[in-house]
Amino acid sequence: MATEKSVKETYYESIIKQGYSRRDFMKFATYIAAYMGLETSMIGQVAKSLENTYRIPVIWEHYQECTCCSESFIRSDHPIVSDIILDKISLDYTLTLMAASGHQAEAAKQATMDKYKGEYILCVEGSVPLGDDGNYCCIAGRSAKDLLIEAAEGAKAIIAWGSCASNGCVQAAYPNPTEATPIHKIIKNKPIIRVPGCPPIGEVMAGIIVHMITFGRLPELDGLGRPKAFYSKRVHDSCYRRPYYDAGLFAETFDDQNAKDGYCLYKVGCRGPMTYNSCGTIKWNNGVSYPIQSGHGCIGCSEEDFWDNGPFYERLTGLAGFGIESTADTIGKVAAGVVAGGLAVHAVAANISKRKELRSRTDRGKQNEKKLDS
Amino acid sequence: METRKFRRVYVWELPVRFFHWINVLSIIILAVTGFIIADPPAILSNKEASDFYWFGTVRFIHFATAYVFFFNMILRIYWSFVGNKFSSWRAFWPFSKKMWHNFLHVIKVDVFLANEKKPDIRDISIGHNSVAAFSYVMLFLLALVQVFTGFGLYSSTASWWLPKMFSWVVPFLGGDFIVRTIHHTTTWLFILFTLIHVYLVFYHDWLEGRGEVSSMFGGYKFVCDERLKKLEEEKEIEKPVDKEELEIIE
Repeated sequence: MATEKSVKETYYESIIKQGYSRRDFMKFATYIAAYMGLETSMIGQVAKSLENTYRIPVIWEHYQECTCCSESFIRSDHPIVSDIILDKISLDYTLTLMAASGHQAEAAKQATMDKYKGEYILCVEGSVPLGDDGNYCCIAGRSAKDLLIEAAEGAKAIIAWGSCASNGCVQAAYPNPTEATPIHKIIKNKPIIRVPGCPPIGEVMAGIIVHMITFGRLPELDGLGRPKAFYSKRVHDSCYRRPYYDAGLFAETFDDQNAKDGYCLYKVGCRGPMTYNSCGTIKWNNGVSYPIQSGHGCIGCSEEDFWDNGPFYERLTGLAGFGIESTADTIGKVAAGVVAGGLAVHAVAANISKRKELRSRTDRGKQNEKKLDS
Repeated sequence: METRKFRRVYVWELPVRFFHWINVLSIIILAVTGFIIADPPAILSNKEASDFYWFGTVRFIHFATAYVFFFNMILRIYWSFVGNKFSSWRAFWPFSKKMWHNFLHVIKVDVFLANEKKPDIRDISIGHNSVAAFSYVMLFLLALVQVFTGFGLYSSTASWWLPKMFSWVVPFLGGDFIVRTIHHTTTWLFILFTLIHVYLVFYHDWLEGRGEVSSMFGGYKFVCDERLKKLEEEKEIEKPVDKEELEIIE
């Protein structure tokens, strides 16, 4: 990947220099391979790649965001991820974590973009506002849109971290006053990995980066550009409460006995059945828990427009254009009532309007009946 | 009083009738199980989850019936190429002059209940009238919506290539949220269709007395002689009447 071997270290060298043992390194290689969904026979390849690959330069941009993606990343399960990949060696530019600031920081970014044109990975956290000439988000006096287009120009690939960069997230919720726009709608000519979630799981973020180091290419993506290894299943499909769903045992409210017994949260609005993510398997905070395990339904933070598809505590989402509270069922019931009423009126009107036709037909029928009698 | 002769005409062939009733059954089952899946009833029990699987069973019935609905639809499309003129795809083609003439007639006479001073004998429909045919085209489109969204939602848990063929639907529409909402809302459109469809069948049966209701069981409708003669003149149908058929004199 990198060109100047004399200056640079491999990932492995950095890890050892950082004070980790070979054993720590192998443990890291093993579990990250497991998260990536690789066979155990591939662990060697992961370790070998980390030993032989020189760091990939990374520019990490922050636009309209809350930095929860970065927070999630540096708290991922094993310190090697944050120490080596993020903190120490890879990051050439990230506003939040870099030591340099002001002109120095911008100069460092410029240097990376010039020196590693076509080689660096551009990580984007946050959406880009297009409204009012992009003035809602400016860094170093330039709009986010400008900066993104410039940085994307020489990027090898773009990783859109989190729901902001992937879908627009909260700031793109109706009526989207700043016209917050996800990355893939602005940059069309670069490979983009979308890693939705608010935030995405730290291990998922690490897994994607390690995959790119190990295999030198993007992980396999689904139709929405998300890595299949982490986003091919619904939270529901890997949820530990799933047996209650199949058994038809549901919490009706958050304070009933069923909720205490840990029944499925489907009826109190859990979005697990519509949300593609790995929360059910990888979980959060070193595998401690995830929302459903803590007794709260999934809110579907990694799905597009999850904020507008409320209310969070009801099964059916409101229909746009009919008011927030009206679901398909309320509208359907009203429509069915109106149609049934209309048909009843039509039936009465038909008997009045067509009375002559009906009478002549009835009369003829009765005459035939008499003929039969005689 | 003038006498009017009615003749029995074979309109709905056996495969068409089978299609209709299988379709009716599968729509009822799909709608009922669909609404149960959308809003399952509260079951109070002190049994363990391992003793239950009723929700899984409801979902299984929904998915299995979806296949029946789908293949039934495929067979009906096939029949529209080999069946008689009343079941042919041409009967549903809404872009001919004759079709629109009849369409306006039905809107005027049967929807707005106007009475014509000089009824044109050619306005009497033998198969579908144009408005009905149009409504079935709409229903077919709704069915396509259900097939695409339904299999689309199902595809990520399926292992067979057929539902997997629809895996592009969810990314195409943006996510499970919207696909589910469309799937659910379209069910209501099926219900509205059913209300209107059943009412109009009863309406025509009551007003015209030509066996509208029973035609979907036995396949026959009764058509007056004048209309059939007109048809023969126009050579719309070659051999409309079996001469030995029962004649009903009104």
